Amino acid sequence: MKETTPATTPATPAQETSPLPLIPVPRGPVPQAPAEPERRMIEIKIDGHAVSVPEGSTILEAARNLGVDTPTLCFLESLTPVNVCRVCVVELEGSRTLVPACSRKVEPNMSIQTDSERVRLSRKLVLEFLASSVDVSTAPAFAGYMQRYGARPERFGDSAATVRQPVKIDNDLYVRDYAKCILCYKCVEACGVDAQNTFAIAVSGRGFSASIATEFQVPLPDSACVYCGNCIGVCPTGALMFKSEYDMRQAGAWDEPQQQQTTTICPYCGVGCNLIVHQQEGKIVKVTSPLDHPVTHGNLSIKGRFGWQFVQVEPAPK
Amino acid sequence: MDLHLTGARPTPEEKDAVDLELGQPESSWQGAQRHGGADSRTSFEGNQKAISQRHLLLPLLHAIQNRIGWISEGALNYASLRLDVPPAEAFGVASFYGMFALAPRPPAVAHVCDDIACMARGSEPLCEELAEKLGPEGAPCAGGRATWLRSNCLGLCERAPAVLMIRAGIKAQQRVLAPATPDRVESLVNDAANDCMPAAPDVLNPQLSVPQEGSRKLALLRRVGKSNTTQIDGYQRLGGYEALRKAMELGAERVLAEITASRLLGRGGAAFPAAKKWEALYVQRERLKKDPTRKHYLICNADESEPGTFKDRVIMEGDPFAVLEGMTIAALVTGAEKGYIYLRGEYPLAAERLAHAIEAARWEGFLGEDILGNGMRFDIELRRGAGAYICGEETALFNSIEGQRGEPRNKPPFPTQAGLFRQPTVVNNVETLINVPLIVSQGGAAYASIGTENSTGPRLFCVSGHVERPGVYEVPMGTTLRQLIDFAGGTAGTGRLRAVLLGGAAGTFVSPGEIDVPLTFEGTRAIGATLGSGVVMLLDDSTDMKEILLRIAAFFRHETCGQCVPCRVGVVRQQEALQRLVEGRPAKSKADELAMLREMAQAMRDASICGLGQTASSALESALARWDLFA
Ligand SMILES: Cc1cc2nc3c(=O)[nH]c(=O)nc-3n(C[C@H](O)[C@H](O)[C@H](O)COP(=O)(O)O)c2cc1C
Ligand code: SF4
Ligand code: SF4
Ligand code: SF4
Ligand code: FES
Ligand code: FES
Repeated sequence: MKETTPATTPATPAQETSPLPLIPVPRGPVPQAPAEPERRMIEIKIDGHAVSVPEGSTILEAARNLGVDTPTLCFLESLTPVNVCRVCVVELEGSRTLVPACSRKVEPNMSIQTDSERVRLSRKLVLEFLASSVDVSTAPAFAGYMQRYGARPERFGDSAATVRQPVKIDNDLYVRDYAKCILCYKCVEACGVDAQNTFAIAVSGRGFSASIATEFQVPLPDSACVYCGNCIGVCPTGALMFKSEYDMRQAGAWDEPQQQQTTTICPYCGVGCNLIVHQQEGKIVKVTSPLDHPVTHGNLSIKGRFGWQFVQVEPAPK
Repeated sequence: MDLHLTGARPTPEEKDAVDLELGQPESSWQGAQRHGGADSRTSFEGNQKAISQRHLLLPLLHAIQNRIGWISEGALNYASLRLDVPPAEAFGVASFYGMFALAPRPPAVAHVCDDIACMARGSEPLCEELAEKLGPEGAPCAGGRATWLRSNCLGLCERAPAVLMIRAGIKAQQRVLAPATPDRVESLVNDAANDCMPAAPDVLNPQLSVPQEGSRKLALLRRVGKSNTTQIDGYQRLGGYEALRKAMELGAERVLAEITASRLLGRGGAAFPAAKKWEALYVQRERLKKDPTRKHYLICNADESEPGTFKDRVIMEGDPFAVLEGMTIAALVTGAEKGYIYLRGEYPLAAERLAHAIEAARWEGFLGEDILGNGMRFDIELRRGAGAYICGEETALFNSIEGQRGEPRNKPPFPTQAGLFRQPTVVNNVETLINVPLIVSQGGAAYASIGTENSTGPRLFCVSGHVERPGVYEVPMGTTLRQLIDFAGGTAGTGRLRAVLLGGAAGTFVSPGEIDVPLTFEGTRAIGATLGSGVVMLLDDSTDMKEILLRIAAFFRHETCGQCVPCRVGVVRQQEALQRLVEGRPAKSKADELAMLREMAQAMRDASICGLGQTASSALESALARWDLFA
């Protein structure tokens, strides 16, 4: 049997290992969270390999421990799994249907296939269904997944129904292009109980015409939105996009390979969220935050997310 | 929570509709004037109270829709404020349900069924004539005070073609018209527009709905159609509540043993052993005493929206107390003190009869704090759905009652572990529950001697389509399909059978050569079919099977909740491919198109979250396996 490390290694306090001299290291002892109680180890089999993971782990975590790469779209470590995209499904022995790896917890003696015919077919169809109905051109994960599973969305023909609709530009900070939305529910979770607790947006409608919306589709400035941009941070397809990025893309000026990313700390308040400043040709083009940050999980406020124009204001001519 | 609301305000009428449902607001948290005494002291409590009222969202939306005929931004804002629900979420819930209009609509709407059983009985010509008489579907008519819309199955298939009129107003009304003719629909539309509709929502005509009425062999249907069964005295005179008394004498453990011995399988479609579910709650009863925050719930699933299914409606209209008695015995075993009946929103007569029955049962001590002086506590609340087939799926049903969108949950956890309000819950179908008093009365072993080894007891079938005497039939499990068709007078229409749909839209077609199949779970399984919800829909040889398949595909496209990708997009791609085949213009080749349909079906079956997506291709696949429809 192969020994593996627990899926969630306790994070080392960031301040001790901080790689950047810019980040101040506080003096004095840092309070430590109480140690988690020892978790029982569960043995399961994945593609014939035995693996032992702590109770409460998901199949996805167990697979990752074995180095098995599982595609995911609606899953994010920092959000409650909604298991709706179904691209992560695996074959569980004894189960009539496939099961979602991202949310299904391991149980003793499970035997799982991650690359069977059935798994590959379902994953392929999920990708084809999405790519034939949604504009996935700015979704980073898609191209790789589609190639891996041989997805050919064009086989549904030119008249296949899509979720095409005009892009919503109703404020200066970010745009919502729901023609690119795969309905992964992540933004709703980030805006709701998983992070922001603002509940400005929700899933509305039903079936193929379901969409993310404010109440009665009112423009964002009329809604409860506080422009924290946490929804943008979790969106896997670019449906939610900084206005700055959107404008540059429209102008053909967006050039990701040329961009530099710098990790720093938000200057506004004492929380000290990590910022990743994306710059192109010496100008800040957007600001993100690392998802794996133990305190903020990638969330920011309007100030940290959008309040950087002052850095690059040209001095007024004398 | 500090809600952010748009500037839209409710009209006095909308506000009144909400306040009538909830009572006057007590604090500014709920929309009263600020600075009331309640605010300074208990704003926190006020807020807490509002949070715990989220489950009232659906009834509240019903109240607005019923009063005004549609739900405006101002009305939704006020509902959000009263319940402390973020307006975006309230909008998400309201827009999930087919019965709610979120744009202005005339107060009177005639819902005209054009689903499969009605298709077989002339719904298409009906719709065409209505378009001529009243104008196009959805357009205002009768002076702008009414309109008509096509609808999925209304659960009135034995009286096809069926129409349901819904009239909003201070006293909202629903009226059934079935069988419908263009003239009668037109006059009903005019009556509704002028607010002078017949007083009763519908009448249950046993000759029409229960052709076997009067037969001594009936057990489940024995009281349906008898006079006064819908009154508690009449019910008791016909043996009602004897089983509950006996159950109380036996005690929970022995009742459970009888149910186990009966080998009763659920009649809602999934055929799960009833005793297993009950036992799962029974064994958790000790924890109820130790932990006062823990509760057990019992739900009667009366959402009955599977096209072709109407047996539960006939029972609830004709023998409502039997449902309550079955539930009360289930509560005795499971330790549930609260039960819900989740009734589909389009069943006005059943709603009236059940509401009356619950009142009467409370009054006579068959529900409430101390049932029959036995110390047992149990009460039932009637909840109405709002036009969403998916809410019949048990976990979607929980979300619907809780005031969330009716999207199914992932399992595990199973309902018996974490169901309604995350508490252990048993969900049973109406028909399953009315078998319970029968089992208690005659004993589990005697019950199990009816039917076959693996499919015990009597079973209700909803016979419709091209058949001489449509209606609900009660036969012992194991009766063959041929015998059932003969009971019902044989094939109508051309008299020559083309196909039988078993189990509804989520079921399977069988061909005339297969009608000797015994109607049991195992018998149908052996020929790759299913009993499902008991639908037996006959189609004669004049039927265009392609049209039927397209209608079924349209049904699923309309009813998918949209949560998971395989189903949300799969039902659309399936309908598109079918449409291309029917029109004789396949994308590449016919063989290619059929192969693609098979692939999609497999992915939907394998990767969808719930039974809707998993069975959305079942009827289509069964037809393709039996007939070469696109030659
Ligand atoms: C899409 C869908 C719709 C359903 N609709 C109903 C329904 O209307 N009535 C019902 O009793 N069961 C319905 N079911 C089955 C329920 O989920 C559940 O299995 C049943 O209510 C359990 O009761 P039983 O064990 O007594 O059959 C539906 C299932 C699915 C997947
Ligand atoms: S920006 Fe923040 S508040 Fe606004 S919708 Fe996104 S997550 Fe919600
Ligand atoms: S907008 Fe983005 S995050 Fe939100 S549901 Fe659509 S794809 Fe997911
Ligand atoms: S299978 Fe269909 S109805 Fe069921 S959860 Fe998925 S989208 Fe919703
Ligand atoms: S990643 Fe698991 S269902 Fe979407
Ligand atoms: S009432 Fe029309 S098909 Fe059932």
